[in-house]
Amino acid sequence: MTLSRNSSSTITATRRDVLAGAAGLVVAVTLPVKSRAQGAGDATFAPNAFIRVTPDNIITVLSKHIEFGQGPLTGLATLVAEEMDADWAQIRAEHAPSNPALYGHPDFGMQITGGSASIATSYDVMRKAGAAARALLVAAAAKSWGVPADEITVAKGVLSHASGKQGTFGDFAQAAAGETLTGEPALKSPDQFIYIGNENLRKLDTADKSTGAAVYTLDIFRDGMLTAVVAHPKRFGATVASFDDAATRAVVGVVDVVQVSAGVAVLAENTYAALKGRKALVVEWDDSAAETRHTDAILAEYEAAAKQRGVVAHQTGDADGALAGAETVLEAEYLFPYLAHAPMEPLDAVIERSADGGVEAWLGSQGTTIDHQVIAGVCGLDMGQVKLNVMLAGGSFGRRAQPTSHLAQEAAEIFMAAGGDKPIKLMWTREDDIRGGYYRPVTAHRLRGGLDANGDIVAWEQTVAGQSFAAGTPFEPFMVQNGIDGTMIEGASETPYAMANTVVSAHMINNPVSTLWWRSVGHTHTGYAVECFIDELLDAGGKDAVAGRLALMSDSYARLAGTLREVADIAGWGRTMPEGRALGVASVKSFNSYVSQVAEVSIEDGAPRVHKVWCAVDCGVPVNPEVIRAQMEGGIGYALSAILFNEITFDDSGAIEQSNFHDYRSLRIGEMPEIEVAIIKSSEAPTGVGEPGVPPLGPAVANAVRKLTGKTPRRLPMIRNDYQA
Amino acid sequence: MAVTLKINGENRSVDADDETPLLWVLRDDLRLTGTKFGCGIAQCGACTVHVNGQPRRACVTPLSMLEGADVTTIEGLEGREAEAVRAAWAEYDTPQCGYCQSGQIMTAAALLQRTPQPSDEEIDDALAGNICRCATYVRIRKAVKAAGEKLEG
Repeated sequence: MTLSRNSSSTITATRRDVLAGAAGLVVAVTLPVKSRAQGAGDATFAPNAFIRVTPDNIITVLSKHIEFGQGPLTGLATLVAEEMDADWAQIRAEHAPSNPALYGHPDFGMQITGGSASIATSYDVMRKAGAAARALLVAAAAKSWGVPADEITVAKGVLSHASGKQGTFGDFAQAAAGETLTGEPALKSPDQFIYIGNENLRKLDTADKSTGAAVYTLDIFRDGMLTAVVAHPKRFGATVASFDDAATRAVVGVVDVVQVSAGVAVLAENTYAALKGRKALVVEWDDSAAETRHTDAILAEYEAAAKQRGVVAHQTGDADGALAGAETVLEAEYLFPYLAHAPMEPLDAVIERSADGGVEAWLGSQGTTIDHQVIAGVCGLDMGQVKLNVMLAGGSFGRRAQPTSHLAQEAAEIFMAAGGDKPIKLMWTREDDIRGGYYRPVTAHRLRGGLDANGDIVAWEQTVAGQSFAAGTPFEPFMVQNGIDGTMIEGASETPYAMANTVVSAHMINNPVSTLWWRSVGHTHTGYAVECFIDELLDAGGKDAVAGRLALMSDSYARLAGTLREVADIAGWGRTMPEGRALGVASVKSFNSYVSQVAEVSIEDGAPRVHKVWCAVDCGVPVNPEVIRAQMEGGIGYALSAILFNEITFDDSGAIEQSNFHDYRSLRIGEMPEIEVAIIKSSEAPTGVGEPGVPPLGPAVANAVRKLTGKTPRRLPMIRNDYQA
Repeated sequence: MAVTLKINGENRSVDADDETPLLWVLRDDLRLTGTKFGCGIAQCGACTVHVNGQPRRACVTPLSMLEGADVTTIEGLEGREAEAVRAAWAEYDTPQCGYCQSGQIMTAAALLQRTPQPSDEEIDDALAGNICRCATYVRIRKAVKAAGEKLEG
C-alpha cells in the first residue's frame, strides 16, 4: 500500500509537475534519495509528497483526499503528527494538487476520494511519511550537534540531546533537506500513540469555518471572470432543439450565450445578471430520446421485475425447496425512490487560461483524476498542461465524484465555447442540483423467507431490481459483472446471517435517468430490505430482534455482533418503554466498518418521530474519535432526512417535480434526534466512517414503526404513508 | 442607482441593479464570500446576515430595501455573543463541510443577543430555518447552549 508500484522514472517525471505547482519541493516517498536534491537557497524541507516543513516551524500535510466534512485533512495530519512527534499547534493541512502518480488510490490507480477509504488507505502511507520526516530531521540535528542520532529525543516538535542542545523542526528544516534516509524508520506501537485516538484533538479547519474565512470553489474570483449558469432540460435524455436568446442578451451584464452538450449556458459579468439572463432564455427541447414516464410507471417496471428471479449473485443450499417445505412463508416488497444528494454547496467550478497556454481549474474535485482527464480532453490539452486545484467543498455525499465528470466537462465546454480565453465560474443553482439527476437509483426488492415449526429461518430469497450508475461509463468494466452492477447487491449478496438455503438474484434495468453512488451506495437499500425482513422473520418466529440476530451472525461477523451487543447495552434493549414509544434495531457492515443502531420512535401527527438513536461502531483503530462520533451523527441525520421525507418524482410527462428545499425537504434541527455513540476499542487496521453510519438508521426506525403500528414502511419515504399507532 | 449602506461598520456605496439580492452584492461586488448561497429562496439560511441587528436572508433581500441599512456579515460579526458562539463551535468541533456554518453562527449569535440562555426548544425554533446537510445539529444545539451558559457565567 505504498506508491512503489510506480516506476521511479514515472515518479521523477511527475515530480516536476508537482514542483511547478507547489510552494515547496515535494518528492515521492519511494524516490531514490538523490532525486530529492533541491535548489540552493530553498529553505523548505519536503521529505516526501505529503509533508512540507518550513523554517517558521510549520508542518504542512498535503491531503490526497478532498475535505467536504468527513475530516480527512485532520485525519491524515494526525497520522503524520503522530510519527513526527510534532506539536499539534504547528500542524496545517491542505489539499494535494491533482497528481495520480503521487496521490493515486492504491486500488484504482487514480486520485479519488470515496468508499469511506481515506483513512484506511492512508494509515500506513502517512505514518511512514511522518516517520521518514522525523528521521531526517533527527539526522540533521545529529550532524549539527556532533552527537549520535539515536541519542536525540523528539517531543512536541522539539529535538533534544542530553548535552542540553535543543532545536525545533523549523531550525533543521533546511539541513534535513540534504540528509539521506537509511532504511525504513520503525513506526510507533499503539501504546506509544499521542494523537491517534486522542479525544481532545480538534479539527484543523473548524476556526476558518466559523469566521467565513474558509474558501470554497464558489468563493474563487479571477480577473475578468464571467459567471455561467446553464439551462438544463426538465426531462432526462432531452437535448437542445433550438433556443432564442434575444431577451437574455438584452439583460444588462449578460456577455454571451453558448450551447454545450448539457444545455445552454448564459455568461454574465455577475451572478445576478446570469440568473436573470437564464430566466429570459427560451429553449426548445427535443424529447425524442427522453424518459417521459411517470416515476410510478418506472417503479412498477422494477417491482414487476423483482417478482421473477434474476441473475443469481449468491446461493447456498436449496432455497426453493426449503421455501416449498417451510411451515410459514413470509413475503415482502420494498421500494426505494430516486434521491438527490443536495450538498449545501451546489456544484460549481472555475477555469481559466494560464499564461503558458494551458488551463488552471478550481473545483471540489472528488474524482480528481477523471476531472483532470476530462478538462484536458475538452480543452485539447495534455494532462500536464492542466493544473487542477482541489478545493474545500460544501458537502458531497457522493455527488462530486462522477464516473463521467459531467461537471468538469460542462465547465470546460463553456470555457471553450466562450472563446477559451476568459475565466469562467460555472455555478449550479439549487434547482439545477435537485433536478440535475445523478440520483441514488430507484430499486425494488422482493424477499421471501421460510420458517420451520420451531420458528427458525430455513429459507431466504431476495430479488433486487435496479439501475446501474456504472453502466455506460469508464467504471463499467470493473463494476458490472455477469450483467449485474455489484453495488446493486452489496449487502444482499453477502449478509451477516448464516442461513442454510439462500438465493439472491438481481435484474439490471437501465433508463435515461442519470444515477450515482449516494452516501453508502447499495447499502442505502440493501441494508433496509435485509434488516427489515430479518426483523419480521425473527418476530414471526418468536425470537428477540437482538438475540435472534446474534444467534444467526456467522463467525466472520463477530465484530458486527460486538457492535450489536454494545448498542443493545447502551440503549437498554428489552426495557419497558413509555406508552407510544418503541425501540427498533439494525446492524449493517459496510465499507469494512461495523455499525449497529437502536432508534427510539413514536408516531406523531401520523408520521414517525425519532427521539433518540444509540449507535455502536467498530472501525478498527479509532484515529480521531470525535470525527468518528460526528460522522455517525451526520450519517444518522442524513439517512433520517432521506427515509422520512425524500424522493424525486416525475410527472405524467417525465418532468421532474421537485426543485428546491421547499419540496425536497431536508431534516431540520428540531427533527434531529439525540444521539449517543459508542466506539468499540480495536487494534484492527482502521476503516472508514463517512458512509457506514447511514445504512442501519432506516431499518432501525422502520422496525420500531412496525412495533408501533404493526406495519413496516415498505415504500420510502415514510411520509408517503399514514401511520396510526 | 447607487445605494449607500453600512457593511460591517463601513459606509459603502453600491451601484448595481436595485433588484439585486444582497447576497450577490456581498459576494460579487464586495467579495465578502463568507455569506453563502444555498437555495436562493430563503429555505436554507446559508446566506443569513444581520440587517439592523436582525437575522435576515440575504438571498431574498433586494438592494433597493437597504438604503441606509446597517448590515453585518460573518466577517464582521463581533462582540460577546459572537465570541462565545465561536468558542463553543471550537469546543464541540461543530462544522463538518462548513458551508452552512456562517449562517448557523449568524442566527445563533442573534438568538443569544435576545435570549442569552436559550432552552433546547428555543434553540430549535431559532435555528429551524438553517439547514445543515451534514446534520451537525446535535453539536450546534450543544454549542449554542454552552455559549449561552458561558455568557451568563
